[in-house]
Amino acid sequence: MSTDAHAGHDLHGHGGDHGHDAGHPESTLGGYLTGFFLSVVLTAIPFWLVMSGALGSKEATAVAILVLGAVQIVVHMVFFLHMTPSAEGGWTMMALIFTIVMVVITLTGSLWVMYHLNTNMMPMDPSQLP
Amino acid sequence: MTTMTAEAVKTEDKRLFYVADEHEHGEGGSTLLGFWLYLMSDCLVFAVLFATYGVLGGSYAAGPSPRDLFDLPLVAVNTSMLLFSSITYGFAVLEMQKNRANRMLLWLFVTMLFGGAFLGIELSEFAHMIHEGATPQRSAFLSSFFTLVGTHGLHVTFGIIWMITLVIQVWKFGLSEANKRRLLCLSMFWHFLDVVWIGVFTFVYLMGVLR
Amino acid sequence: MFENFDLQKAIFGRLTLESIPYHEPILVMTFIGVAIGGAVVLGAITYFKLWGYLWREWFTSVDHKRIGAMYIILGLVMLLRGFADAIMMRAQQAVAFNGNEGYLPAHHFDQIFTAHGVIMIFFVAMPLVTGLMNFVVPLQIGARDVAFPFLNNFSFWMTVAGAMLVMASLFVGEFARTGWLAYPPLSDYAYSPDVGVDYYIWALQVAGVGTLLSGVNLIATIVKMRCPGMTMMRMPVFTWTALCTNILIVAAFPVLTGVLALLSMDRYVGTNFFTNDFGGNPMMYVNLIWIWGHPEVYILVLPVFGVFSEVTATFSGKKLFGYTSMVYATVVITILSYLVWLHHFFTMGSGASVNSFFGITTMIISIPTGAKMFNWLFTMYRGRIRFELPMMWTLAFMLTFVIGGMTGVLLAVPPADFVLHNSLFLIAHFHNVIIGGVVFGSFAGISYWFPKVTGFKLDPFWGKMSFWFWVIGFYFAFMPLYVLGLMGVTRRLRVFDDPSLQIWFVIAAFGAFLIALGIGSFLVQLAVSIKNREKLRDLTGDPWNGRTLEWSTSSPPPVYNFAFTPVVYDNDAWWDMKQHGYKRPMEGFKPIHMPSNTGAGIILAGLSAVTAFALIWYIWWLAALGFVSLIATAIGHTFNYHRSFNIPREQIVETERERSQELLQAAGA
Repeated sequence: MSTDAHAGHDLHGHGGDHGHDAGHPESTLGGYLTGFFLSVVLTAIPFWLVMSGALGSKEATAVAILVLGAVQIVVHMVFFLHMTPSAEGGWTMMALIFTIVMVVITLTGSLWVMYHLNTNMMPMDPSQLP
Repeated sequence: MTTMTAEAVKTEDKRLFYVADEHEHGEGGSTLLGFWLYLMSDCLVFAVLFATYGVLGGSYAAGPSPRDLFDLPLVAVNTSMLLFSSITYGFAVLEMQKNRANRMLLWLFVTMLFGGAFLGIELSEFAHMIHEGATPQRSAFLSSFFTLVGTHGLHVTFGIIWMITLVIQVWKFGLSEANKRRLLCLSMFWHFLDVVWIGVFTFVYLMGVLR
Repeated sequence: MFENFDLQKAIFGRLTLESIPYHEPILVMTFIGVAIGGAVVLGAITYFKLWGYLWREWFTSVDHKRIGAMYIILGLVMLLRGFADAIMMRAQQAVAFNGNEGYLPAHHFDQIFTAHGVIMIFFVAMPLVTGLMNFVVPLQIGARDVAFPFLNNFSFWMTVAGAMLVMASLFVGEFARTGWLAYPPLSDYAYSPDVGVDYYIWALQVAGVGTLLSGVNLIATIVKMRCPGMTMMRMPVFTWTALCTNILIVAAFPVLTGVLALLSMDRYVGTNFFTNDFGGNPMMYVNLIWIWGHPEVYILVLPVFGVFSEVTATFSGKKLFGYTSMVYATVVITILSYLVWLHHFFTMGSGASVNSFFGITTMIISIPTGAKMFNWLFTMYRGRIRFELPMMWTLAFMLTFVIGGMTGVLLAVPPADFVLHNSLFLIAHFHNVIIGGVVFGSFAGISYWFPKVTGFKLDPFWGKMSFWFWVIGFYFAFMPLYVLGLMGVTRRLRVFDDPSLQIWFVIAAFGAFLIALGIGSFLVQLAVSIKNREKLRDLTGDPWNGRTLEWSTSSPPPVYNFAFTPVVYDNDAWWDMKQHGYKRPMEGFKPIHMPSNTGAGIILAGLSAVTAFALIWYIWWLAALGFVSLIATAIGHTFNYHRSFNIPREQIVETERERSQELLQAAGA
């Protein structure tokens, strides 16, 4: 009996790498419907906010729709893309978090850098010249 | 249960340095992870396009601005097309899990219709804007708008081509393991496009009209 | 409307006879040389009836070992081209004084420095490190192939297709004259209407697809296919650096793809991303391309850090010092490399807050890198060091890279950079780290794993010749550039006014000549080693008394790498096995499931190259045809569900029996 070989398997650092893994959790009807319902609501609210101007100030509306957008992305990730911390031994989640960090760096970094470059370097109104 | 070679077990502290009893690993065990990694890289392509839109989106070059061009009710309709296609793809996956090929094909077909409707509306929106003189060449804002939204549309187009391919493959070869894996990959792709679209309608359309 | 219909334009786009540079004697001579050389090689292959063998066993192979070897061959071949460009520039700059215009017209000189950079980064350094990772990683983690073997073959051929496009630009049309990153507005249609920049764009786009997919592939391989017992913290350091490198590839290359796509939109469709009109902003291109560009240099250097770690541990006969800190240093570099891109354009005018942020992040990177350096030193400390060739390259690296790193920290200080930006000091700095790091590392890796790839060691005498020529040549070639840079000489100049500078350029040219001897010695080394292969034969599979799993199998390894999947208890797995009296299993073999070879990869890459060529020359019908057949072939390939076969038990028994005999022979000798 190859107990040792199986012990070897247990040494495998990360859970369930072999075929029968928890790679993709079963989808359920309830999950999809919940996700759909939430995303409809989360889409409708920002459109309504912008089209009706219900919040009054532009800044408040902008913050609200960005937050709602972020929430909706999470909803899609959880209910449609079935992201869980355990899927594929945590690697999909890790890849996602790493990607989000990269996306944030790219977006905010570019905006920050380009804002400064624009302010300092783009041609300006001659009257502003010293 | 395997017979082991005697020597292998008799190492001094009984360490076994190889797997004698290897079970067949199902093929394609890495496919879903690999495809997810590809999607992450695609995410960064979109990050570049969003960043470009973020930087150049205010450069109208005395041309039309988002407020003049964007038709929010139309965008809302378009968004709903994509949302419906998402839930119908979800239904297709549920049928796939129950091994009901024909019902799955039906839902895939419905998904394709919604995807096609999305593309149709987007193209008519583009056509309308170009007709008004708001071409991609008109200003940096329009260049980045058309490229960002167009790249998303291109992805949807490829998604539909892929779906057609899979419909044929499921129809010909049934719901084999390989085909199920492909359906799950396409599912990730399709829902990923949804996520990107959330970014598009929030960041481009809604924020555009606001500013 | 048919009066204006120009048949020639419709068929050939803007490709005319005038596009062939037959009026440039240098290029004509080169072409004649390449044509004769090519004819000899092709003739020899035909004469010895090798086409079938090459096609079946190599071109269509999905075996990670063969693909890895082909990557390295590609890298070495392109090194010759890239170096030819380098020595031409050195010669031009050494003579172009006192009114002497030199021998290169500006039009040609500008193409040469662009091609040199592009080729050296994308088609020399990248294939060399990708080749090493491809060959070594599956062996080190006890796997039988990569996660997606077909994709691996496809990735390789896409890289080749990109290299082919760059080579084609030498004889059909021209290459970009913009510098290796093709900054707009110079690279926009308004200032570069010719095909050069289009060659640049499409060569990188095609090769970029290959690089990205190979990155995905190797991550999935490392994550999913490690043998039992190999936890993350038991992975060999080379595998760790390979993992981080490929994560960087997947995170960075899409940015390059994206930004080049935007540039091509500007050039082909007339959009205004990076133009000077209609709100476009060329600075955005610089910003975006460096978001890719800085991680890229770590993509190149991290794997060779891994090589040096393996080599130092093996040739010091000790466990690597500070394994954990080595891993964390690698991870920290991976993340930090994404936060420093602005240091490439401090002088563009971002202002104090932005510049100081990026200056500081840049300086911080030297901390984990320094930690690595100390780990290697402490590994050697009280070790029994064997000064074989890989170890010599490692020592040269440690010395050279520290100098390059220190000039890098100097450049990271924004005020200093304002003085040194775009000067030859910068050129000296990055050659210092790329040659001292990536090139020395690749040679260390090649000489270290060569016996594993081929079954025989490299000839040490010519290896040492190559080593000394390279190292001394490097110092002669680049130390003068530091001096010139400090004196304010800028890069990419074709002629000079100040005669007092000439001596430094002559010294640099002499250095380039020594490097040429180094490359020549390396080729001689290959030839001599092949000639004496019986004498240099490695029968044990473990010629260096190695520590990691790749040395546990035969040299060259069988197709299936390991007859039984290994089980691992230590990060120096093979060392651990040797210590614990490991005996090779001799019975109980089972058939092994392996992927089948396929020609789809080379066909798809060929179609991509045709499509790209058509786009470069505005041959629209061919571009459309190429693209449609590309998609059709790709879809057609997905209809092939039978992509693997079983290696029968008898064949494995036979292979392993031969291996036993070799081991006996080695023990007897």
